[in-house]
Amino acid sequence: MTLADKFEELNKRGERALIGFITAGYPGIDTTVDIADALIRGGVDILELGLPFSDPIADGVTIQRASESSLRAGMNPDVYFDVAARIKGADKVCLTYYNLILQRGLDRFVTDCVSAGISGIIVPDLPVEESEPLQSVCNRYETDLIYLIAPTTTDKRMARILDSASGFIYVVSLLGVTGARDRLSDVIEPLISRIRRQEAAMNVNVPLAVGFGISRPEHVKSVCQFADGAIVGSAIIKLIEEGGPSLINRVEDFARSLKAATR
Amino acid sequence: MKNLHPCFLFMAYISSIMSLPDANGKYGRYGGKFAPEVLMPALEDLERSFAKYREDDRFNAELNALLRDFAGRPTPLYFAKNLSEMCGSRIYLKREDLVHGGAHKLNNTLGQCLLAKYMGKKRIIAETGAGQHGVATAMAAAVLGLQCEIYMGTEDIKRQKLNVFRMELLGARVNPVDSGSRTLKDAINDAMRDWVANVKDTYYLIGSVVGPHPYPLIVREFQRIIGSETKKQILATEGRLPDAIIACVGGGSNALGIFSDFIEDRSVSLIGVEAGGKGLETGEHGASLCAGTEGVLHGMYSKLLQDKYGQIKQSHSFAPGLDYPGVGPELAYLVDSGRVKVDSATDEETLGAFKLLSTKEGIIPALESAHAIHYAVAHANEWDLIVVNLSGRGDKDIFSVAGVLGKGVI
Ligand SMILES: Cc1ncc(COP(=O)(O)O)c(C=O)c1O
Repeated sequence: MTLADKFEELNKRGERALIGFITAGYPGIDTTVDIADALIRGGVDILELGLPFSDPIADGVTIQRASESSLRAGMNPDVYFDVAARIKGADKVCLTYYNLILQRGLDRFVTDCVSAGISGIIVPDLPVEESEPLQSVCNRYETDLIYLIAPTTTDKRMARILDSASGFIYVVSLLGVTGARDRLSDVIEPLISRIRRQEAAMNVNVPLAVGFGISRPEHVKSVCQFADGAIVGSAIIKLIEEGGPSLINRVEDFARSLKAATR
Repeated sequence: MKNLHPCFLFMAYISSIMSLPDANGKYGRYGGKFAPEVLMPALEDLERSFAKYREDDRFNAELNALLRDFAGRPTPLYFAKNLSEMCGSRIYLKREDLVHGGAHKLNNTLGQCLLAKYMGKKRIIAETGAGQHGVATAMAAAVLGLQCEIYMGTEDIKRQKLNVFRMELLGARVNPVDSGSRTLKDAINDAMRDWVANVKDTYYLIGSVVGPHPYPLIVREFQRIIGSETKKQILATEGRLPDAIIACVGGGSNALGIFSDFIEDRSVSLIGVEAGGKGLETGEHGASLCAGTEGVLHGMYSKLLQDKYGQIKQSHSFAPGLDYPGVGPELAYLVDSGRVKVDSATDEETLGAFKLLSTKEGIIPALESAHAIHYAVAHANEWDLIVVNLSGRGDKDIFSVAGVLGKGVI
């Protein structure tokens, strides 16, 4: 199933998508699969599996720490694709930085994604100006290259992005890096309506998922009033950081409470 | 192609260099803008503002006055008589160590702080490794009445206490960076994260010819004055161009600063000297041009120190300003095209040059600049007339040199 099909199916059920992010290899390489399974049992529709990079400039401290820990535990792209292939039961997208894709080779990276059942790739340091080489490889293997749109994105840039976009748009909810926030940013609603207007003008219809700073069921609920999905990352990583014996259950419960807010 | 006169090919080559970067911010395949979407509009805005103000008479008059009266430009081109006698060729030092603050860094920070002011920004952020760029930023921000915060790795804070205190005296806030290798690259990461969060009122002032377009261009243009002065000075004293110009390379700003006005003068050899650290064969060095591979870091496609998966490696140099696992994209391009040659000097070789210049010429060089001095001395017999860019003075380094020499200071 493609990501577009997934959003359509959810839409028919009157639901929005819950997208859960975890860093592969955090807190350990094998536990990643258990945590992913718990998230999926709890109701995560799309699992965003981070492939950690040594210099994650778009990430706040929570994901930085998880990335460092994962790299120390031996995570690398070879291990990553093995781990990703073991996770079943949800659509999967890969989030990573461009250098890791470049060094593996664009073709090899995307075909490895396909073999591991990953249907989309998010690259926070690859703006549309530089994305053509990866975009054309993704097109060849019917993999979605997922673009980000930020509150600062001009209408002109937005048009260019929407012209290339497929799967979904990662709508960055605030000016800042990833990380749980207590309050939801108030730029989300105007930003979403600006994108919707642009989509209508261009006659395209790419689903919009909002991420950055979304950490609680009530955040998910209010985001889902205007968007097609909500992305929760640092809040899940923080829960994993707490650790403890019943971690897997708590992760599952947290996902369930987030998913309930999308209905 | 074979019917073309070689002269024509040469002209085409020259004009291709002169028009770089291209409209996409590329130098051949290097450069570009690999930045988060949040920053892209700010980078476009910066590009437009720079293009506008670099042609603006009022801006240029104000900058030139600052460079003259505040920074102390032009800096002398000093004939190093004793060193020349020892080496048997004529060696000149371009005295950027005499720029206010003690390094070439102020040329760039005055230019960019003024640009920030013209753009209506109130807050400056910057990264620093050695602390020289941080100090130069704090000075420029102070004189222009801008608020200033500097990101610095905790490892570098330990190595460069003096500069941390100088920045604070100058009214800047120093934000310690405790992630990754806790050095310059991590300070850049955190400065970029700050910029992402505060892009509306904050100006990010990069300290070298690195980062996403248009930074490599902006920094090069503000440092170009080193080479344009050098050209006038050497023509005035020697009546000819030098045979070779030698500069150390961290990110590449003092090197491109002195090289840029000589790119078309093919008779002038241009040589960049990187941090050889403990030796290239040990893997503990900062020589991205000599030993790195292509990839993307900090918004640019360039030569990097990285593992086979693309994870960025920790660089090593006892000269903190060269302790960076990447290099400016234009230098990578100029090296590939053969116009600029690169080599490296180890910590040990550099220490020798540091002591030599101090005792022979009465000038304590920055450890960064001592890399270039080492190369000049070791290769002096290849040329008759040599210019070395003495990018900074060594006061900041005396504690770490004393440590290496096993001597206590104070
Ligand atoms: C004195 C001095 N020289 C050289 C450098 C290296 O930077 P760049 O290669 O950009 O000139 C530094 C950096 O801090 C420095 O302080």
